[in-house]
Amino acid sequence: MLEFFFLFMIIAAGTGGELCLSRAMKVVGEVHDFRPAALARFVLRAMRVGWMWIGIAMMTLAFFSLLAMLSIENVSFVVPVTALSYAAGAFGAMLFLHERISRQRWLGVLIVCVGVTLVWLSRR
Amino acid sequence: MKDSPGLHLKTYVLILFIVLFAPLGNVLLSKGMKGVGSAKNWALSDIFHVLFSIITSSYIWLGIACLLTFFVAYMLVLTWADYSYVQPASSFSYAVVAVLGYFLLGEAVPPLRWAGIFVICVGVFIVGHTHPRTTEKA
Repeated sequence: MLEFFFLFMIIAAGTGGELCLSRAMKVVGEVHDFRPAALARFVLRAMRVGWMWIGIAMMTLAFFSLLAMLSIENVSFVVPVTALSYAAGAFGAMLFLHERISRQRWLGVLIVCVGVTLVWLSRR
Repeated sequence: MKDSPGLHLKTYVLILFIVLFAPLGNVLLSKGMKGVGSAKNWALSDIFHVLFSIITSSYIWLGIACLLTFFVAYMLVLTWADYSYVQPASSFSYAVVAVLGYFLLGEAVPPLRWAGIFVICVGVFIVGHTHPRTTEKA
């Protein structure tokens, strides 16, 4: 039961965090200038966006959930199972960022889910 | 992606970094966490003791260093290489993590898990071959 909770947190908080960061980066705008001073200004600008902090907090939560999951299960099980984040990412991007997901991407996500199911069934 | 032999070599080296350092980081985190003990046995009152064990574990810090190396390599390669090229290539890391788990941690990896990992790699490969921009450019 605890494994389900941690897995849910890794995927939900990790994907949620990435979506928040993605949203924050869209607010900040595309990077054109890669010189150190320009990059530092970019980071400072990004730090003023609320979504960035929500994203960082969620990704921290996902990281500690990953640590907890790794204390229970083998790494060869945990890491492949977290590939479910591709499905969560596709749904999240569609609902939260209003992105259009192509049929090919949905097919890839479906195949990832089949693979994750096989890995889950291999659990002792 | 611009075409030149030097750029190709740089791209291959960084993709090798991505495929090796992300799994190695996770394997080191796993090794560190097995030393801390199972989360199933943690009590709420032990939380500070667990956090202390985590932040004083050298395996955890080595794992974080590997994951940071992976992250920097990933960000760097994306500044010149296409996402649709980098992401499918990085899908191999799912297989590498199982190989490292088997050899470095002595984990038992049953055939069904290998099959699942292979299917995941195929799925990620297909996801990576879709167009990275899904909305109209403003």
